[in-house]
Amino acid sequence: MELTVHKHATYAYTGGKPFDPALPTVVFIHGAEHDHSVWALQSRYLAHHGRGVLAVDLPGHGRSEGPPLESVEAIADWVIALLDAAGVQRATLIGHSMGSLVSIECAARHPERIAKIVLVGTAVPMKVSEELLNATRDDEPLAQDMVNIWSHAAYAQYPSNPGPGFWVMGGNLRVMQRQKPGVMHVDFKACNDYVNGITAAGKVAAPAMLIVGKRDVMTPPRATKEIAAALADKRIVEIAGTGHALMAEKPDEVLDALRDFV
Amino acid sequence: MAAPRYYNFDTLSLHAGQQPDPHTGARATPIYQTTSYVFRDTDQAAALFNMERAGHVYSRISNPTNAVLEERIAALEGGVAGLATASGQAALHLGLATIAGAGSHVVASRSLYGGSHNLLHYTLPRFGIETTFVDPRDLGAWKNAIRPNTKVLYAETLGNPGLDVLNIPEVAAIAHAAKLPLFVDSTFTTPYLLRPFEHGADLIYHSATKFLGGHGIAIGGLLVDGGIFDWEASGKFPELTEPYDGFHGMDFQEESTVGAFSLRARREGLRDFGACMAPTTAFHILQGLETLPIRMDRHVANTRKVVEFLTRHPAVESVSYPELESHPDYALAKKLLPKGASAVFTFVIKGGRPAGRKLIETVKIFSHLANVGDAKSLVIHPASTTHFRMDDAALLAAGIGPGTIRLSIGLEDPQDLMDDLGAALRMSQKI
Ligand SMILES: Cc1ncc(COP(=O)(O)O)c(C=O)c1O
Repeated sequence: MELTVHKHATYAYTGGKPFDPALPTVVFIHGAEHDHSVWALQSRYLAHHGRGVLAVDLPGHGRSEGPPLESVEAIADWVIALLDAAGVQRATLIGHSMGSLVSIECAARHPERIAKIVLVGTAVPMKVSEELLNATRDDEPLAQDMVNIWSHAAYAQYPSNPGPGFWVMGGNLRVMQRQKPGVMHVDFKACNDYVNGITAAGKVAAPAMLIVGKRDVMTPPRATKEIAAALADKRIVEIAGTGHALMAEKPDEVLDALRDFV
Repeated sequence: MAAPRYYNFDTLSLHAGQQPDPHTGARATPIYQTTSYVFRDTDQAAALFNMERAGHVYSRISNPTNAVLEERIAALEGGVAGLATASGQAALHLGLATIAGAGSHVVASRSLYGGSHNLLHYTLPRFGIETTFVDPRDLGAWKNAIRPNTKVLYAETLGNPGLDVLNIPEVAAIAHAAKLPLFVDSTFTTPYLLRPFEHGADLIYHSATKFLGGHGIAIGGLLVDGGIFDWEASGKFPELTEPYDGFHGMDFQEESTVGAFSLRARREGLRDFGACMAPTTAFHILQGLETLPIRMDRHVANTRKVVEFLTRHPAVESVSYPELESHPDYALAKKLLPKGASAVFTFVIKGGRPAGRKLIETVKIFSHLANVGDAKSLVIHPASTTHFRMDDAALLAAGIGPGTIRLSIGLEDPQDLMDDLGAALRMSQKI
């Protein structure tokens, strides 16, 4: 579906059903250098099980126009503008990686608008290694390879995502390559620069769920301890056999956790 | 952290797409010889049918053994997805039928495997798909043949029978300028010798029957989606970018930014045309893929020796192999095929049809049959077999002389191959 947010044409995948703002709304927020399609299975399932789904392409990503936003705080406010454009008062946010930071910040700033948050592959702070951050600026193909390799625990997963026959690492690389030049550095810098996460998490009263990949080396399980401690109402789901690309590597386990929570 | 790198080709040949079986620990890929899969509950069943969960429903559409093969070929090619089909022909048909239909037009190289030519020239017109054939070396001809209803440009990476090396970067540029994808038959080169996506191709298929299997025991095909072509931006492919009533109103490009083609090919083409691969065949092809790198090195090394031997033989008029300076694509082969120009080539024997016939009747190691890419060396004399109805003039128009012999060099000891050919060449001149 096409919306206008901050005057820019904005795309949200609605899970294969027309969006109904009267249903409990779930907003899926992708991570750096990604688009809505990283959530294909989970978003489609929830849309067919009683939720109104907005799996967005963030500004400058996928089909959404406008420049990519330069801070987590700016994206958090953008999410509220998106809800306004869609006629939604209250929503649950499900964010991956950079999207998880956005979810924390948004819930802290706008408690009346956010029902619950789900943080998939999160770490606060989300320090990006200097080597990777520089590569996102100077050599995007190298940076994409780094992220792609570090994000996956294995060269095969059963079932594959979004279905049998898909080579998950190949698909992830192509999604990153599809983003406009320059977007990757803006995203990774926004993650790296976001220092307010623990303070923000302390203000979040909404129930929160953390979904942690046991073999995640981008946002490793130990890096979620501090944020988990800061959140008042939280539960933690650990998933074995997956790295940072949890929705692709363990789509069923991620979906089961979401289904039980949102 | 040191800059990471992907596993190299040889490792991917053994591991991509597979983990030890989660249920039994089996290290080899099990043959899931089953037509169907029990649902956990009704909700999971509905979710599988509606693509809300990934998994297997029915083996015409997907199968766990096939999935390993599909993901492995996608990894080896550097694409996003593979589809295993009943044969190479089925892969070609599935690729075309996914993006073309009645009223569509294809621009194809005229240097094609006979079966592909049959499909495009005789059969697809019955279904409203027309093809214009062009000389693959004539870049202007590719461009000029494109019409408003053209859907795809199609060629072999190494053409038949002249081993025309496809100028993939240039032909891809022509296709992309017209917002069209380039589809290549990569059977002769395999991903070990050439990775067409890296040069601009968008879709690939293989007759897995040949080098990928390598054993000559199974017919199969593999279609691979590069995930690079932007169907939405092209605007010419409503099959991929608009809701499809035949599958829950799904807009495939919306569903998967980079996998729309393979989703549609599976959800429509495999489902409805039904030319799926048998799981046992997938297992056989996987056995071949595991040793593809070392086999291709040996195929090429043997071929170079036999080519060299034939170029110096007094009973041989000429040898056509892209690594020879006399071949029109010598420079292009150096650029695109540095690891070798495959193991199939032709030579012209002195003495025309009778000499060719005699050679075939005399060789002992070379098998006289209609295939290529076997571990065993193969020979065919088109003028007395596949093209025997043609007179010499018609043969020449097809790029085949009365004395043209095609060899597919196998993995035998190269000295034995040269001795066998040498003896037969001597006999061929005594008639
Ligand atoms: C170059 C090429 N492409 C496609 C095919 C067709 O493949 P299959 O026989 O597996 O259908 C062949 C078979 O000879 C071939 O040589």
